[in-house]
Amino acid sequence: MIKIKGLEVSFPQGGGEDRKVLNGIDLEVPKGQTVSIIGSNGAGKSTLLNAIAGTVPLCAGSILLDGRDCSKDPEWRRSSYLGRVRQNPMAGTAGEMTILDNLALAAKKGPRGLHLAVSKTKAKALFEQVAQLDMGLENRLRENVSRLSGGQRQALTLLMAVLSHPSVLLLDEHTAALDPGNAEIVDRLTKRFIAEYDLTALIVTHDMKQALDQADRVVMMHEGRILADVSGVQKGKMGVSDLVELFRQSRGKEYAEDRDLLG
Amino acid sequence: MIEGILVEGLVYGIMALGLFISFRILDFPDLTVEGSFPAGAAAAGAIVAGLGRTLVSRAGAGVGLGAAGGLGTAAGLAAAVTVPTGLAAAAPVLALLGGFAAGALAGLVTSFIHHRLKVPPILAGIITMTGFYSINLRILGGRPNLPLIKNNPLLDFARTWLGPGVSQDISLFIAALFAALLVAGLMDLFFHTEIGIAMGAMGDNEASVVQAGINPVSLRSLGIALANGLVGLSGALAASYQGFADVNFGAGIVASGLASVMLGELLIKSQFIGVQIFRVLAGSILFKGLMYAARSWGYLAGITPNDLRLLTALLIIGSITVSKYAGKKPKSLSRSGGKNR
Repeated sequence: MIKIKGLEVSFPQGGGEDRKVLNGIDLEVPKGQTVSIIGSNGAGKSTLLNAIAGTVPLCAGSILLDGRDCSKDPEWRRSSYLGRVRQNPMAGTAGEMTILDNLALAAKKGPRGLHLAVSKTKAKALFEQVAQLDMGLENRLRENVSRLSGGQRQALTLLMAVLSHPSVLLLDEHTAALDPGNAEIVDRLTKRFIAEYDLTALIVTHDMKQALDQADRVVMMHEGRILADVSGVQKGKMGVSDLVELFRQSRGKEYAEDRDLLG
Repeated sequence: MIEGILVEGLVYGIMALGLFISFRILDFPDLTVEGSFPAGAAAAGAIVAGLGRTLVSRAGAGVGLGAAGGLGTAAGLAAAVTVPTGLAAAAPVLALLGGFAAGALAGLVTSFIHHRLKVPPILAGIITMTGFYSINLRILGGRPNLPLIKNNPLLDFARTWLGPGVSQDISLFIAALFAALLVAGLMDLFFHTEIGIAMGAMGDNEASVVQAGINPVSLRSLGIALANGLVGLSGALAASYQGFADVNFGAGIVASGLASVMLGELLIKSQFIGVQIFRVLAGSILFKGLMYAARSWGYLAGITPNDLRLLTALLIIGSITVSKYAGKKPKSLSRSGGKNR
């Protein structure tokens, strides 16, 4: 479960003034719901995910994960609740380590001990997990991750993100750098893992079709604010063109309000 | 001659293993080594000297030394207090442990300067190493050098376990081999544990460590302490081998350790951590061999002992050049030389 209240994030820019990238975000996502976040470039979608993960500091507001206020926790501590996949397939894995070691690292959260990282039973369990990806990676467990293709690496990153049963999954355009074939495979895996691991998920995407297909709910952002929030029956009836139209309307309304204020 | 090369290669190889951890595994260019190596030597010397004093029932001397500074003497003091006379057998082990602890402490200082004060790794190392020059002098009791005749860890070990029948050269070699293999074996084991795997991922992609819910600062600090602990242990063994601890032991040690690591990487290509660890020892022996050759026959090419540092520098440049060139070839599987980041 995610509960975000009055979230504000600004980045410093030249001239001493800060640029507000998130400007008062309120968002509540119940357990098990998948939410797509769409919006134009610079809308603050990725910053929202980064703020939840703790990669960027908050200026105001609070973030609750599973009912616990995480606003002040450092990134590594919040990671205990989170699985994350970024756009860059290199970002989530250690390329110079084997597939098996990467999985062993991701299989649990929190501090480590001096147990053997990959015991026989653990290796067998991980073998079966990797076999689910249906990419033949289970036979290449001792190979370095740097030898995998982008699609394979992203699928592995996705598995690593859910392996430790986090409560929230954050996906930041995680298929945008892949070719259409691989993007479709990773999309399918995403849907399956979210259901199988009973995850609450936020998916940032530019792809309207992906936004509708993957999620129970679509949130539209613009200039650091949430403009529209569609779910349930309303979302079920929507096609891509409806979504684009809604996007235009919402922005138009905002312009109109701006005109009113200025006029 | 050959025993000398092997013993030196193995003893200094443990230092190179420390560098392997910081430079290769943690991707943390750590110059603390120039301070932690003599710190280990000094601590070992002080502990041995402190114990010697206890044995002639002048326990007060240990206290004076302990007050003078450093963890090494603190350990020496602890040893002086807890080890009653007649238990001199524990001295060599304590000296080596003290060497490890002194090195690890230097590493923690660097880690603190880097993480808390946001000083870049190289500068943090230089600060620690500069400060430790004075601390090491204190550990040595204000003298630049301290003999290790009695309770010499390496020799004692060799004598106790191998008996008087074996010649000193051979027993020294066996003792050094045992120490180096033990350290390398434990390291291999360590890098197969949960925490070892996390450390391996650290220098490769810190984000993957953070994602696993691990505090990257603690993990890196642990790694730097471990690396410098090994360097301190190597310093203690080196002091034992040379028969004295010297405050200037550390001069030029980073370059020679790096040259050893890189020579090993040129020699043997592998992605397996076990092989990577053992090839550091091989590289160290090769390096000592090359230095010995330059010292012995260098005059034929006009090389004097003064040129050895230049030779070390050229060796590093040569190794980097070769591995860069080799790295351009397609299908090169191992990460040879530096990481391309």
